[in-house]
Amino acid sequence: MSILVDKSTRLLVQGMGKAGTFHAIQCREYGTNVVGGVSPGKGGTAKDGFPLFNTVAEAVSKTGANATMVFVPPPGAADAIMEAADAGIAVIVAITEGIPVLDMARAMQFLKGRTSRLIGPNCPGIITPGQCKIGIMPGYIHKPGPVGVVSRSGTLTYEGVWQLGNVGLGQSTCVGIGGDPVHGTNFVDVLELFQKDPQTEGILMMGEIGGTAEEKAAEFIKKNVTKPVAAFIAGQTAPPGKRMGHAGAIISGGSGTAKEKIAALRAAGILVADSPADLGTTMKKAMKK
Amino acid sequence: MKIHEYQAKELLAAAGAAVPRGIVASSPAEAVAAFDQIGGKPVVLKAQIHAGGRGKGRFILARRASAGDKLSDFGGVKYLTKRDDVAAVAEVMFQYPLVTKQTGAEGQKVSKVLVQEAADIAREIYVGIVLDRAIGLPVLMACAEGGVEIEEVAAKSPEKILKAVIDPDAGLHLYQARRLAFELGFTGDQIAQAEKIVIALASVYLDKDCSLAEINPLVVTPKGEVVVLDAKITFDDNALFRHPDMETQRDEGEENPADLRAAKAGLTYIALNGTIGCLVNGAGLAMSTMDIIKYHGGEPANFLDVGGGVTPEGAIEAFRIILDDPKVKGVLVNIFGGIAKCDLVAEALVKAGREVGFKVPVVVRLEGTNVDKARVILDSARKELPTMQSATDLTDAAKKVVAAAKG
Repeated sequence: MSILVDKSTRLLVQGMGKAGTFHAIQCREYGTNVVGGVSPGKGGTAKDGFPLFNTVAEAVSKTGANATMVFVPPPGAADAIMEAADAGIAVIVAITEGIPVLDMARAMQFLKGRTSRLIGPNCPGIITPGQCKIGIMPGYIHKPGPVGVVSRSGTLTYEGVWQLGNVGLGQSTCVGIGGDPVHGTNFVDVLELFQKDPQTEGILMMGEIGGTAEEKAAEFIKKNVTKPVAAFIAGQTAPPGKRMGHAGAIISGGSGTAKEKIAALRAAGILVADSPADLGTTMKKAMKK
Repeated sequence: MKIHEYQAKELLAAAGAAVPRGIVASSPAEAVAAFDQIGGKPVVLKAQIHAGGRGKGRFILARRASAGDKLSDFGGVKYLTKRDDVAAVAEVMFQYPLVTKQTGAEGQKVSKVLVQEAADIAREIYVGIVLDRAIGLPVLMACAEGGVEIEEVAAKSPEKILKAVIDPDAGLHLYQARRLAFELGFTGDQIAQAEKIVIALASVYLDKDCSLAEINPLVVTPKGEVVVLDAKITFDDNALFRHPDMETQRDEGEENPADLRAAKAGLTYIALNGTIGCLVNGAGLAMSTMDIIKYHGGEPANFLDVGGGVTPEGAIEAFRIILDDPKVKGVLVNIFGGIAKCDLVAEALVKAGREVGFKVPVVVRLEGTNVDKARVILDSARKELPTMQSATDLTDAAKKVVAAAKG
């Protein structure tokens, strides 16, 4: 078992430019069933072995795609997300970084009442090791196993996965929820899925400064999660009022600090690593408890 | 991207909000001319800087090593009635840096002063729009007590804040504006005036893709006029591509030169106060790298995210920016190579070392794809770049760079 994506996932790629095509190939090489790409105006042709379609609706009816990976550049990315939702795609993974916040606010309103789940934007994607990779993460560092990983970051997630590997812990599924202030899937959504997933025996959660998603996650874990959870919060040394690379990583008006988040997580009984070098060992410790 | 108060007021006025009469001056002579143009009536001189806390700030008239700084006895906002005083105060405003609680000790040079007709104040109100991250929608917040720090009110007495969620497609509805006007205690024809201003604020927020649009304070004059006394607007950087007209309002004099230089090279750089420079790929890992430096007793000198791919050009520019900071006594390079392969990163680092010259210790921690090849490349460059050393893991890297920076 795993969450959201597995062997049965049929992936579409929206935005078959240079990056989109490169990662479509990488995903296919990993073993993901990539059924085609959407490239308006190029429908009926093929690129690197991927059949291309003009619209998502057409691609879904011809390929039975149930997931999509969005690489469409920022000006059209929110529209691409809405197009995928309108075509009934179950899992929409938006990799694109730099989408205007108001575009995402509109897209999120559009998604309400629809069945699609959006992951991202501005995220590395989602991977179920050995089964399905949707995103830009290096596939080979992931190994099948018992730990569910959820994170707002990209390379920090790889770091966490790498360290899990070093202590002999594989992963059920790893989900990058993204670094933007408005995003589809949040910590609580993923925690709920991991709690229900029989393969997942422990959860590694990596948060960062900005917003209150980690505090909400702490509250949720206290009430609903029985599996061991280890956490890390990036940005303990970040100054207030500055956007630390991610659009959502900002301490504003004194709230959203790492200190508050760590305190909330610890109060919920979660082991929080002080150093980012201790992600793997902290998870191991939490699972031994 | 931030803009100045006078620019924010121009946008609000264009959207139909009532703002006091004001003229922007770029020199003391222009400030006096503006005073004359306003008809010799009492004015307020307002130094235009992006940082907040202007009123309580002070100008640094002289720096004295032993006795402390000599400061002006007025801040960046000054009420004046006499022509001669306008000249004298403007002289100081344009000549000396203004220090506020948000500028840092160096202060900020003032290049524009808003000369505004003074308004008598019967009441002050706060109105602002920000994104509410929890619901993913913009929210208008208002408070019957203006001129306050809204975050403080929100923390101490949240019941005093009135809220209206804004539909990003429909905008702020008239009924929402009307309800707010009543709840804020406006009466008579003030209600229509207040409605017009909050609707203007919401339309600017949505039309220009703002991340903050704030009127603080909105005031009622003794005659019952409702006007925007001060305003602050910040744009969503990700949406600037569709607002070329807003891009022209950028004031580069307000931005840290190193931050600007980095942005032009596709890097994200934020200067900090410590002694250990960082060069990292990815924002989350970059923050974590700062954290681990601190954890092992050092202080980070910067945040620097080189992005997904590490090119020789990017690495060279990144090192130039980091090493330009005289406080930097050591550099930690932390790259997790995924799609960006470690051997290519190592080559880029060696090229950067040749080009820039590593005058301080540089500790390199690489992990991920092709890391073994990368170690060979770094080892073979050791003679050429003697200040460079590699680390076995993150903790080792942090300890080494902290020790090296302490000399």
